[in-house]
Amino acid sequence: MRYFVALIVWLAAGCAMAQEWEHQETFSGTDASVSLRIISSTDADLFAPVIETFIAANPNIAVEYFVTGTAELNERFRADPGAFDIAVSSAMDLQLKLVNDGFAKPLPDIPHVAWAQWRQSLFAFTSEPAAIVINRQAFEGQPIPQTRQQLIEALRARPETFRNRVGTYDVRQSGLGYLFATQDARASETFWRLMEVMGSLDVRLYCCSGTMIDDLTDGTIAVAYNVLGSYAAARTESETILEIILPSDFPTTMMRTAFVSGQTTQSQAAERFIRHLIAFQSGQGDGRRVLPALKTPQAVTDRATIALQPALMTFLDVLKRRKFLAEWEDAMIQD
Amino acid sequence: MSDSPTISGSLRNRLATILIGGAALLALLLFLAVRNYAVQVAQQGQDDILMASVTSMLDTAAIRDGSVEVDLPYAALAMLDTPADDRVFYAIYRDGKFLSGHEDLAVAASSDAERREVFSTQAIRGTTVRQVSARRILIGASQRVEVQIALAQTQDALAETLDEIRRNTTLLGLAFFVLAAALSFWATSFAVGQLNKLTTSVTRRGPQDLSPFKKPVPQEMGPLVRSLNSLMGRLDHSLSQSEDFIAEAAHRVRTPLATVRSHAETTLQRVDREENREALRSMIRAIDESSRAAGQLLDHAMITFRADHLEREKIDLVELAQDLAVRLSPIAEMKDLSLSVCGDENAPYAGDPILIQNAVRNLVDNAMKYGPADSDIEIGVHTGSRLCIVVRDKGPGYPLDEIGQLHTRFKRGRNAGDAVGSGLGLTIAADVAGAHGGSLELTNHPEGGACAILLL
Repeated sequence: MRYFVALIVWLAAGCAMAQEWEHQETFSGTDASVSLRIISSTDADLFAPVIETFIAANPNIAVEYFVTGTAELNERFRADPGAFDIAVSSAMDLQLKLVNDGFAKPLPDIPHVAWAQWRQSLFAFTSEPAAIVINRQAFEGQPIPQTRQQLIEALRARPETFRNRVGTYDVRQSGLGYLFATQDARASETFWRLMEVMGSLDVRLYCCSGTMIDDLTDGTIAVAYNVLGSYAAARTESETILEIILPSDFPTTMMRTAFVSGQTTQSQAAERFIRHLIAFQSGQGDGRRVLPALKTPQAVTDRATIALQPALMTFLDVLKRRKFLAEWEDAMIQD
Repeated sequence: MSDSPTISGSLRNRLATILIGGAALLALLLFLAVRNYAVQVAQQGQDDILMASVTSMLDTAAIRDGSVEVDLPYAALAMLDTPADDRVFYAIYRDGKFLSGHEDLAVAASSDAERREVFSTQAIRGTTVRQVSARRILIGASQRVEVQIALAQTQDALAETLDEIRRNTTLLGLAFFVLAAALSFWATSFAVGQLNKLTTSVTRRGPQDLSPFKKPVPQEMGPLVRSLNSLMGRLDHSLSQSEDFIAEAAHRVRTPLATVRSHAETTLQRVDREENREALRSMIRAIDESSRAAGQLLDHAMITFRADHLEREKIDLVELAQDLAVRLSPIAEMKDLSLSVCGDENAPYAGDPILIQNAVRNLVDNAMKYGPADSDIEIGVHTGSRLCIVVRDKGPGYPLDEIGQLHTRFKRGRNAGDAVGSGLGLTIAADVAGAHGGSLELTNHPEGGACAILLL
């Protein structure tokens, strides 16, 4: 009876999910007997090398890879933590809160530097700066802005060029966008001035880095703010069209993180996958790596990496978030 | 003389047990005290941070357009970051109505209305947390609102700290115990060592040394040494008294006997009737016997006393024997006997000369009593494997069946006949030999005559 109910629930969940995923792919080894379910916010083409090398080394494991947005990933995982074995996301704050709230399984045997893990449960495996990506065409004959201040000046100087052609995350939908925005707001008031300028230019709001870069490449927008540079760099075909600027005034660097669900039924395979993920991302001469490696933050001048600490939960507070979003909407949506 | 004292326990063991037991108890107390204190301090540290954090949260609470706003400061949660990555839970309530945070975290009720914050340790989501609950009253235009915040943190970092403290205090306690145990061993052997020193100095004393102890002793041993000294003083006194008594008794008994004897002899010369002379002669013989018995009794008493407190000095036994022969030769000549000293040239020995002289004289006396007239009595001094003085006469020898009991007190041989004697002579000789660690052997010489060997 119990198996029957579980089957029904599984099928129902499977059907419900199948309809809604941004992307879903199954990587299967030659004699797969174990299936690992990974929910992720990372595009499948960026993550595929990790999974393929894992499958090659562990042919008995198949990987089901589900892609969704960071905010939705958080909600889905909270709703049914047993449905997934591993969660991979770029929204560090949501990931940390999931671990804090007890959704993760600690893996005490995995050696990882202290600043890149939390509670031996949440493991960081990339260092990815938030970037300003521009379409070179729009800046022909113009100086390329290197800081947010210079970007504000450039936008103000030619409002007719940029009207309706600037883009950024819709922080109401995107967990990563919200993380970047709140970290920027912490760092400087310049953020709010930039938001106001962008708001006055009828900013376009996006759910994800991918679509933003698509629009940049085809010229729909000329400037994308706080987009993941790694996504742009991965598009080899747009190399000549786009330029990735890492703002030199105050950089914001995110670490992609993964954890094993506390309710996983495949804990051994999941632990093996996390080990592989960390090793793959810190390995040297592997030409297949697409995602940026984890970089040790070196000096004060280096790009500030958002720290894995409980303070990340501050902006997830309902009251705080409501207040922040109100201010953000005030700045961005000027009708 | 050397009865074993009744032994009850050991001072050293008892002292060591008390001291080491005390050290263990103290080490345990130290361990508990330090650990409890450290636990308190560590817990206080976490409480202080929680308090600071919740205070900074409450500070941002405000009423805007009739609704409560709490603008969580980034630092409020940042300050809760620990090396062990402790989990943090919080919940914000408005008049008991949940606003934000973790809904399963309840605000602890304050028993004391005055106190605005309450600390508690409780379980949430399967883990133990330290929780602070604090409240603040906001007064708006037309309302009075109480904002309550519960903030909780797991205690992993605290547990790590406590583990370290526990390890360190355990080491500290152990080190303290080992040190204290070593010290108590040292103290015990020092105290017992003082007693041993006194024992050694008592044991090493000569038999006649009854002088008080003069060496400094610790204060606590003062009374013991004082009573030892007073005991020895009394002993010394009574010993000298008994020596005096012996000398006095010898004098008192011998002198009147000598007087009676000289009177008897004088009378004998004046009396002509044969039967009277005969009576006087037996009287003189009885007096001689009494005098000799008294002398021997006193000798025996003196020997018993001296043997108990043997004083050895270096002497030459040959010289001693010759000296004795010279002194006894007038008596021997009266009985038509001759005395000769034979054997080695000299025989050095450490012993009491008075005792040895006494013993040899008694043996020679016996020989003179039983030796036939015109015979020779030999005093031989031999230094073979064992030093010995041999006195030999040419008399009838010892009766063989009694030879084993002859040297017991007042035992006389069957063939003593009318010879003057008390039965103490051989006893004295045997006692002297015993006091010097030797013995008296009685044999009959193969060529006839008794042979007494004083083995020293």
